[in-house]
Amino acid sequence: MKHTISVLLQNKPGVLSRVTGLFSGRGFNIESLSVAQTLEPDVSCLTLVTSGEDTIIEQITKQLHKLIDVIKVTDMCEHDNVEREMALIRVKAEAHTRAEVLRIVDIFRGKVIDVGPKSYVVELTGKASKLQAVIDILRPIGIQEIVRSGTIAMTRAPKS
Amino acid sequence: MKLTGAQAFLKCLEEHGVEVIFGYPGGALIDVYDELMKNDKIHHVLTRHEQAAVHAADAYGRIKGEVGVALVTSGPGATNAVTGIASAYMDSIPLVVFTGQVPTKLIGNDAFQEVDIVGITRPITKHNYLVKNAEELVPIIREAFHLAKTGRPGPVLVDLPKDVLATRIGYPELKPISMRTYKPTYEPHPGQIEKACKAMLKAKKPVIYAGGGVILSDSNEELTELARRLDIPVTMTLMGLGGFPGTDHLSMGMLGMHGTYFANMAVANCDLLIAVGARFDDRVTGRVDAFAPHAEIIHIDIDPSSISKNVRVDIPIVADCKHALDAINAWFGRSKDFNADDCMEKNRPWHEQIREWKNKHPLGYVEETDIIKPQFVIQKLNELTGGDAIITTEVGQHQMWTAQFYHFNKPRQFATSGGLGVMGYGFPAAIGAQMAAPDKVVIDIAGDGSIQMNIQELATCRQEKLPVKVAILNNGYLGMVRQWQELFYNKQYSSTVMEVAPDFVKVAEAYGAVGLRATKPSEVEPVIREALKINNTVFMDFVIAREEGVYPMVPAGKATTEMLLV
Ligand SMILES: Cc1ncc(C[n+]2csc(CCOP(=O)(O)OP(=O)(O)O)c2C)c(N)n1
Ligand SMILES: [Mg+2]
Repeated sequence: MKHTISVLLQNKPGVLSRVTGLFSGRGFNIESLSVAQTLEPDVSCLTLVTSGEDTIIEQITKQLHKLIDVIKVTDMCEHDNVEREMALIRVKAEAHTRAEVLRIVDIFRGKVIDVGPKSYVVELTGKASKLQAVIDILRPIGIQEIVRSGTIAMTRAPKS
Repeated sequence: MKLTGAQAFLKCLEEHGVEVIFGYPGGALIDVYDELMKNDKIHHVLTRHEQAAVHAADAYGRIKGEVGVALVTSGPGATNAVTGIASAYMDSIPLVVFTGQVPTKLIGNDAFQEVDIVGITRPITKHNYLVKNAEELVPIIREAFHLAKTGRPGPVLVDLPKDVLATRIGYPELKPISMRTYKPTYEPHPGQIEKACKAMLKAKKPVIYAGGGVILSDSNEELTELARRLDIPVTMTLMGLGGFPGTDHLSMGMLGMHGTYFANMAVANCDLLIAVGARFDDRVTGRVDAFAPHAEIIHIDIDPSSISKNVRVDIPIVADCKHALDAINAWFGRSKDFNADDCMEKNRPWHEQIREWKNKHPLGYVEETDIIKPQFVIQKLNELTGGDAIITTEVGQHQMWTAQFYHFNKPRQFATSGGLGVMGYGFPAAIGAQMAAPDKVVIDIAGDGSIQMNIQELATCRQEKLPVKVAILNNGYLGMVRQWQELFYNKQYSSTVMEVAPDFVKVAEAYGAVGLRATKPSEVEPVIREALKINNTVFMDFVIAREEGVYPMVPAGKATTEMLLV
């Protein structure tokens, strides 16, 4: 099963390689990864998506926690949370398909952020499943390039 | 008053009570070595190889119960230290290794003798640091010592660029260390203790499985108290030997691949397994699903990631072994449900069963009159040292025979490279051990292959005037590998015959040490007696039965009940 794991870390040189080294050294897989600063400038948040049986996920969280620079490890699947990914998609946009592309982008609340003579760059955010749906729809029109971010996630506010 | 980085470095070592360090100089460290000459509080042992410096520091720490310290130069000095660091990491040994580094402004430039040792050792240290500016030097060293010895201990590496060692700084005052991200759990959860105690109360076929954590946490007395009060048989891992008296009637010796028949049978049939500071290593468990299949498992360990890593655990207790055992002993002290006589009565059939197993296949070997059996040598060493020597080993058959036939009654009496299994560990470790315990008899039990991996340390022994004894069990083979070839590879002794070997007696003599040789069983005792009398480094070359095997043996990947016996 897929798990999104959120890791708060000290923002120090080499910390990222401690995390990725742990994954490669112990044969855990990383499907996506994203890191950036948090509100506290010396703390980063790393979100990674991995998959494995429960025992593997348990080892992953324990081993992450064991790294000296790690402050907190949260398996997002144990919480009600929101997850987002971003994709930039360069799609063919010629005279007869431009309107079609725009309509699709609109339906999925994306944006065209660059307009070329024969292509658009479309910006999309959403869950991985939504991005995949848009990609599948745009593919017949002609996708030239895709860049996707890793997943980021946040727990929802507790109800009441 | 301002100090140079090098001066602050030594002052900080003094602050941590460091009296002995093991190392090897080089360009990046000249500033430190210059200061060392003027320092009369810290004794520097010049080993003849950086790997040896790290193993020596490792064993010094193990025997003394302190943090060992090694100091090596940049580049090749640092890479030579890697094996020693990895071994200490696998065995959770508290160690701080300082490496020289090129000046900060050259880092990343492929400068002369530059390596990214922090990158190289990331997976084999508990943590590591590159000191980027001199102000951080002392706080980092303090953190390094703190990390090395607290929680699950381990090696910490601190990389020291040359310019940092030359910069003048104010010496920061000592403050209690608080690390936001590092707070090991020492105290057990009372609810888990209660659960564990109730399981022990109920069990009819309990076994204690004690590992290196017992030694690291100095909880041998607490463990002994528990075992004796509840009349529970104890088996130990290689790292756990000495954590419970080996000659006690409750001791079943070592378990696992070369463990005793009765220890392995007891674990396979127990209804409660109490794992204390052990990590269910594959050399212990054999085929995992056949390990203690009928047992409820209690696991005490300070490292949460050790729990349920290889084998599912029913009652995990994350805590320092000493604290957890204390809490368990206290629980039984006040429990109204516990009665020692009832407990003995309840366990009686279990002990009978174990005795039966023991009588069926006791640890043993076939004695011979004209050829020296290695087990006999170890029995004699045990006898003639009263079981009280500090023993180190190399890696191979001799290591396993030592674990089987030397009876360790005390903790911190035995140093061996367990997790990594480094040939070449034992001799430098004996140097570290002798530095830690100058009045003790220290013996490295070695193989003829392994001893050649750090034989240059004879010079260190001589320079430090250490009466270290080395008992070489000379079978002319890389015996342990040969044994596998004999059993599983049609006796194809590929590259395990030591076709050329030095005359170990002459090698010893060449360094000004003493060499003795025994080729007949009758010579074993006189040679040991003489060696023990000599106040010098001694090599004892025991020419032993060439193709003797280590038994019992659980073939890799098999269930621990599927033992090959003598
Ligand atoms: C540095 C290193 N290289 C290789 C090995 C693999 N190995 C394990 S035991 C062994 C043979 C050791 O021979 P010897 O020291 O003569 O001991 P014996 O088994 O004969 O008692 C070897 C090669 C090892 N453990 N360590
Ligand atoms: Mg040999």
